[in-house]
Amino acid sequence: MVPLWMYLVVAAGLFSIGLFGVLARRNAIAILMSIELMLNAVNINLVAFWRYKTPVDLSGQAFAAFVFVVAAAEAAVGLALIISIYRRRQSVIAEDVNMLKW
Amino acid sequence: MELTVESVVFLILSAITLGGGLLVVTTRNLFHAGLYLMLSLLGVAGLFVLLAAPFLAGVQVVVYIGAIAILIILAVMLTPSVTQMPAIFNRNWALNLALAVLFFVLLVSVISPALDDLGVDNWSANFTEDSPAAVPADSIVQLGKDLVDPDQYMLPFEVASVLLMAAMIGAVLLVAPGKAGDEGGDE
Repeated sequence: MVPLWMYLVVAAGLFSIGLFGVLARRNAIAILMSIELMLNAVNINLVAFWRYKTPVDLSGQAFAAFVFVVAAAEAAVGLALIISIYRRRQSVIAEDVNMLKW
Repeated sequence: MELTVESVVFLILSAITLGGGLLVVTTRNLFHAGLYLMLSLLGVAGLFVLLAAPFLAGVQVVVYIGAIAILIILAVMLTPSVTQMPAIFNRNWALNLALAVLFFVLLVSVISPALDDLGVDNWSANFTEDSPAAVPADSIVQLGKDLVDPDQYMLPFEVASVLLMAAMIGAVLLVAPGKAGDEGGDE
């Protein structure tokens, strides 16, 4: 099989891509997509560690399933917030949402 | 690493995942970015199959590609004026890119055996095994039992259900017209 560290490198790459997207994209929906990428990188790590370290104990898979649930909740609430902000400000640019700043 | 069928499949799936992810982050048109997100998630589902987790691969396709990505694309279509913005990155994007690359280098320096060979003391000795123990044949059945076993994950399972329920109600309340929010009246 492929050694474990290759899966970890792929997950690290996906996480870093998502990190860049979260930090650099201006559109709030694009930021949300990047967060999904980061969550997926975490899931790859969880499942890979489960497969290579504890294939009998299914904790890794169970945790990955919980990450799915949290990701679904996050996407639903995040998109609802973005649409709500868009209705008020006519904008989904993250920098335009500065009502709490000054 | 010898070039077995599995390693070739792994490389292809990794290329799909990472290439899709890069396109998500760099594509100007958000609708296309959503489609690339689906491609990247499909690559991750393939990696799950390769890791002998078929249930998670199915859930990945149904929940992520079938629900979350569709939800995101729907949100893109509800905010039409911004699918093509003049600048897709903010002012600090070069700094942020450097930060992300630095983070990636940091992670790889911890997990790559190539650096261990060069004398850097890292954790890669734990990560080089390539023939792990076999997965039990009834792992999906066992996962289902574990999730509702009071000694294992029953409480987190129920909390997750409540969280999902609360998130759905919250999302509906946030975007419901009229009662919940004073429509566009804060300025």
